[in-house]
Amino acid sequence: MKKIILSIIVLGAFGYYTFSQSQNTPTVAYVAPQTVSTKKQTTLVDQTSVPVATPVSVPVSTPKPVPVTKPKPIPVPVTKKGLYNDGTYTGDVADAYYGNVQVQAVITNGKLSNVIFLDYPQDRSHSLQLSQRAMPILTQEAIQAQSANVNGVSGASDTSAAFQQSLTSALAQARA
Amino acid sequence: MKETRITMGMPATIEIVDAGATQESLDMVFDFFNSVDERFSPYKTDSELSRYNRGEIAEGDLSEQMKYIFVLAEKTKNDTNGYFDMRHNGTCDPSGIVKGWAIHEGANLLRAKGFQNFYVEIAGDIEVSGHNTDGAPWSIGIRNPFKREEIVKVVHLSSGGIATSGTAIRGDHIYNPKGDARPNDIASITVIGPNVYEADRFATPAFAMGGDGIQFIEALPNSEGYMIDTKGIATMTSGFTKFTRALTF
Repeated sequence: MKKIILSIIVLGAFGYYTFSQSQNTPTVAYVAPQTVSTKKQTTLVDQTSVPVATPVSVPVSTPKPVPVTKPKPIPVPVTKKGLYNDGTYTGDVADAYYGNVQVQAVITNGKLSNVIFLDYPQDRSHSLQLSQRAMPILTQEAIQAQSANVNGVSGASDTSAAFQQSLTSALAQARA
Repeated sequence: MKETRITMGMPATIEIVDAGATQESLDMVFDFFNSVDERFSPYKTDSELSRYNRGEIAEGDLSEQMKYIFVLAEKTKNDTNGYFDMRHNGTCDPSGIVKGWAIHEGANLLRAKGFQNFYVEIAGDIEVSGHNTDGAPWSIGIRNPFKREEIVKVVHLSSGGIATSGTAIRGDHIYNPKGDARPNDIASITVIGPNVYEADRFATPAFAMGGDGIQFIEALPNSEGYMIDTKGIATMTSGFTKFTRALTF
């Protein structure tokens, strides 16, 4: 039972990580839910025996344990190492719209320390530190009206039927 | 010297700051825009594009300008992994790149005449050079996609182009600050590039990518972007703020 729960947790964590990576969103899961306690485990390769659903479909939230028996507290090891097990893990090939992306995650001391690009559009370097190119965290802000005098204004041209037509075709492809 | 006219069914504005500017210089660019419209309009039945689409002109007999646009369209298709495609439902419509190309070529006509300080715009897509009449970099507002008369950001450009792609639906209908907008619900994305052709040809496919579009722009060299989602939250590329710093004199 413990093993199953443990597997679910690991799967969930891995799924969350893969999901984040595949979504290409700024919020990469280096900081994963802190509530998940971790224990010495075998590598993810062992999970091949589990009927693995595609990692992408794994919900972001930690899966609820089966409420049949309240899992007894697992003896926590003296040194809490982190969410992940050390090693190198190869992710799925993900369509990043402008090309395929496939990465290897390197876990050191339980933390994501590097992402190695196996496949990346435009022949970028094969190994990039996370802080450099990989999945940049982009600044966000709430828009606010500005009162400045400007020389010109850039905006979507809803005056142009051609523009709308072109956009519609682009959106149609996006849905395909 | 500044003038706005309607061309390609859209308002176009040209401003030349240099002392040597004449009405002739402005006419030259407007005439070029009109010639582009005559050739590339999908609505004018006698345009070269329409005749080509009806099969009245063989591909080999197309004008050099049309062939060139086809080459650019193919390149953009590759650069956007198919997000831009001028061919759909059996017809060819390169409008998505013609506008940006026309503005850029209009600017090139001014450069060829020796002008260094000017502004060329068609319907919200802009290429600038040098400085404005105050001697400062050109200041461009990014339109609030939810309120046409409002701007939500000001960028300062002394060279390059800026283009915005967004939903054609008036923002008021989709703006819902408390709604549960999905990450892909994007109201507009503005791209700043080395020229307006580069900015424009990536703005539309980036918009079609939804929330991932800004990451697509982030990955492009020499381009920055400002994306506004339907909740009114903007996401900017890492180098965008170099254009927003207030300039003091």
